[in-house]
Amino acid sequence: MKLEKIIWSDVTFTKGKEMSSDEILRTEHLKKYFPVEKGFLERLLTSTKRFVKAVDDVSFSISKGEVFTLVGESGCGKSTTGRLVVRLIQPTSGKVFFGQENITDMKKKEFRIYRRKLQIIFQDPYASLNPRMRIGRAVGHPLEIHGLAKGVEERQRVNEILQRVGLTPPEQFTNLYPYQISGGQRQRVAMARSLILDPEFIVADEPVSMIDVSLRTTIIDLMLDLRRDLDLTYLFITHDLAIAKYISDRIAIMYLGKIVEIGEKHEVFSNPLHPYTQALMSAIPVPNPERKRTAIELKGEVPSAINIPRGCRFNPRCPYAEERCKVEPELTAVKPGHFVACYRTEN
Amino acid sequence: MGKADTKKSMLSAILPGLGSLAKRGLAGWLIIVGLIFVTAIIMITVISPWIRPYDPIKINVGPPLIGPSAQHPFGTNDLGQDIFSRVLSGGGIMLQVSLLSVIVCLAVGVPLGLFASYAGGVVDRLVGLVMDSIYAFPGLVLAIAIAAMLGRGVVNMALSIAVVYIPSYFRVIRSQVLSIKEMSYIEAANAVGAKNRTILTRYILPNIMPSIVVVATVNFADAILTAAGLTFIGLGVSVSVPDWGWDLTNGRALLASGTWWVITFPGIMIILLALGFTLIGEGLSELFNPRLEQ
Amino acid sequence: MSEEKKEKTQLLAVNDLTVEYSARRGKIRAVENASFTLDRGETLGIVGESGSGKSTLGMSLIRLVPYPGKIMKGNIILEEQRILKLKDEQMRDLRGRKISYIFQDPMTSLNPVEKIKDHFIELIQTHEPKVTKAQALKRAQQLFKDVGIQPERISDYPHQLSGGMRQRVMIALALALNPSVVIADEPTTALDVVVQAKILDLLGTLQERYGMALILITHDLSIVLERSDKIVVMYAGRIVEQARSTALYKSTQHPYSQGLLKSIPNIELADQKLEAIGGTPPDLLNPPHGCRFWPRCPFVMPECLVEEPSLYETGENHLVRCYLYKGEGNE
Repeated sequence: MKLEKIIWSDVTFTKGKEMSSDEILRTEHLKKYFPVEKGFLERLLTSTKRFVKAVDDVSFSISKGEVFTLVGESGCGKSTTGRLVVRLIQPTSGKVFFGQENITDMKKKEFRIYRRKLQIIFQDPYASLNPRMRIGRAVGHPLEIHGLAKGVEERQRVNEILQRVGLTPPEQFTNLYPYQISGGQRQRVAMARSLILDPEFIVADEPVSMIDVSLRTTIIDLMLDLRRDLDLTYLFITHDLAIAKYISDRIAIMYLGKIVEIGEKHEVFSNPLHPYTQALMSAIPVPNPERKRTAIELKGEVPSAINIPRGCRFNPRCPYAEERCKVEPELTAVKPGHFVACYRTEN
Repeated sequence: MGKADTKKSMLSAILPGLGSLAKRGLAGWLIIVGLIFVTAIIMITVISPWIRPYDPIKINVGPPLIGPSAQHPFGTNDLGQDIFSRVLSGGGIMLQVSLLSVIVCLAVGVPLGLFASYAGGVVDRLVGLVMDSIYAFPGLVLAIAIAAMLGRGVVNMALSIAVVYIPSYFRVIRSQVLSIKEMSYIEAANAVGAKNRTILTRYILPNIMPSIVVVATVNFADAILTAAGLTFIGLGVSVSVPDWGWDLTNGRALLASGTWWVITFPGIMIILLALGFTLIGEGLSELFNPRLEQ
Repeated sequence: MSEEKKEKTQLLAVNDLTVEYSARRGKIRAVENASFTLDRGETLGIVGESGSGKSTLGMSLIRLVPYPGKIMKGNIILEEQRILKLKDEQMRDLRGRKISYIFQDPMTSLNPVEKIKDHFIELIQTHEPKVTKAQALKRAQQLFKDVGIQPERISDYPHQLSGGMRQRVMIALALALNPSVVIADEPTTALDVVVQAKILDLLGTLQERYGMALILITHDLSIVLERSDKIVVMYAGRIVEQARSTALYKSTQHPYSQGLLKSIPNIELADQKLEAIGGTPPDLLNPPHGCRFWPRCPFVMPECLVEEPSLYETGENHLVRCYLYKGEGNE
């Protein structure tokens, strides 16, 4: 079988006919470099600038209604990517398209209306709510900010949305402060706050990793129900492959600022091709005492994003590293929809 | 609506209710004792015109320089003024000065701290530099220098104290703002499109209120002592008003000849007032940052 | 196994341990009536979520429960010594030497102004004063090899090492004096999955080599099912189920354990249907009356609200704290 060699960059730029018509979000060659603060002496003696290359050329496209998951270990750049997409931080270079509009450089005023369509939920339910704002105020505040509703109308909408996220009866919660409710409930409030503006797209940055294990499914199932009821699309960010498997439609594995593998969930999980993906999957604990697991050994540890290895950034740790790995591989299609950045898959 | 929230949070921060204060253990008791001192002194000062036995500034209401006696429980000074009446009425100046200085500090120090530290960058650096240089001066010395320039009077005293104290507010606010700035709920506010002004007033300010209150109470205490010090060296108010600070100055000169009562009683009052505020401040600080919390 | 032989291999026995915190707002029973044993070479997994008391239990095993917590009753027998009766200096001598603890956060558990080698030298010389610096250093280097760090790194400062390496240093320190029992408190949070697996494999290898017993404290049921010999499930300060891992996996009995198992995604299963446990985590200041799990239990019965069930034995060394199993024997 001849595998069609599609270079991702070609696909993005040339015809655009590979882009599906119900694409809702697209990133092109996103980069975010953070300058490293130099110590006093260093500043005197050297003039070279060093950067933490948190996101280093990331391109992907998300279709309306799908759950697209970015998976990777801490430091791989997934959270930064999420924030770039909603413009909480500005990219060093690259573009973000919402709908067909380029939202990367829009002025604040122009972008304001997009704030309603693009929302984000954070990881820490204890830190994402203002401790001095009552729940009702906190959830209704976005309406005030955008001049959409006030007073009675605002309260009605707040109650509606609190019910939707499972906080019933809403009146019981509106006058409480965050410290008076549990972590899981706080996360629901955070979701309510992001939903009240009727968004189309939500970035969920590790929304359940700080919640008790036995309660995670309730939040995740809620997110899936809301997707169906409110026509939402998610960019889900997590380090937990097991959760990624449960919730995603498509997943992208990130390593040191780049996507190394991307594809339909079932495909990637049943046929992981990048050595890093394979190592990740073999390392996940399985709740079965009778299983004999053979984890793939990876040498060393994740290098710092300041000193990214030359060539394929994974090659120092890769069990299959060879000569050609000295040149960084591009994401190439191994099957329609399944892309891997590794020379081994080219035959 | 925002103001109501802020006020409410102020109230909920400052007045949890005396009953529940007592339940809060050591912190609660510190506050209660401190409040007792302070309110007692304020009340005494306020009702002094009605309860004092003599007019505090009238001279020769009794023989000069007699020690504590039935007629004059705290004795009399060299001008024959009754110390007891002077003690009852003498807190007014101090209270006014410290209150005014706190108001000025809040009005100037809080916005300055908020804006500079939220803005960051060059602005933060510059303002910080100015604040640090003021802070580096020994407080009393600087207050004296400024008071000497401005002249006497309650307002001038208050201003010189305020200038000395604003850097403390700035520092406390800055450290709080810097840590809050990074919290997810600020990011979330940005993500829903809140303007910077809204973020400062509705998200940051209510959360730094407790620290501001603590600094303000310590400010009160410090102001009282500084006011006493300023009066002591003659930069305070004029003689026509009864004032503990003035009595301190006067009493010190008389001390050498064995007249201990002129300086002692007003001195004790000053200490009690300052102590009262300090206890409240300590209690509040313990309440807001409890060390026993898990 | 004869009684005598059993005594020889049993390293740790905990009986009726109860730990209470006296906070301003009230008393919290973080651990109540916990009992279990640990044999030589065994791995025990203590699993629970927030408020379960597992960390407090771990810390009480080395008598380092933070103020205002206090061990109210019970006994802990380590290699036939009743450690709750020991004086402070005696306990200090045991820590590190007979029983050691790997703390959760490798970032803050190492002294940032001391080189790694100094950590080791200090530790070894405190317990074995006759050992010279050079000898201590040599031992440390050997340990480094065991845990898989290059021996030269021993002269580094903690901040120069990555998170995974720091965790390995912590393990090496915990093993430096060859203790019989090692307690690892959430050894895998703050580490990536690949490093996690390495660390856990490492602990397993070292266990085999040195014959020590390991206690894994974690919220991750997958880890304990995969790697421990026996498991203790905690909820709101109580042990609710206790069994060998294979037994627990085949026959998960307590409704909480069942709920927990059903709520964790298993990467090996194709389309899995996950179920959460209803309700909210327990309020330890005002725990429910009777069985602490009843507000969230799908099988709740009237008697559950009246009095807490005791542990019932349902199989060989399989204990469950639930009235559903009352008929089958008693603790």
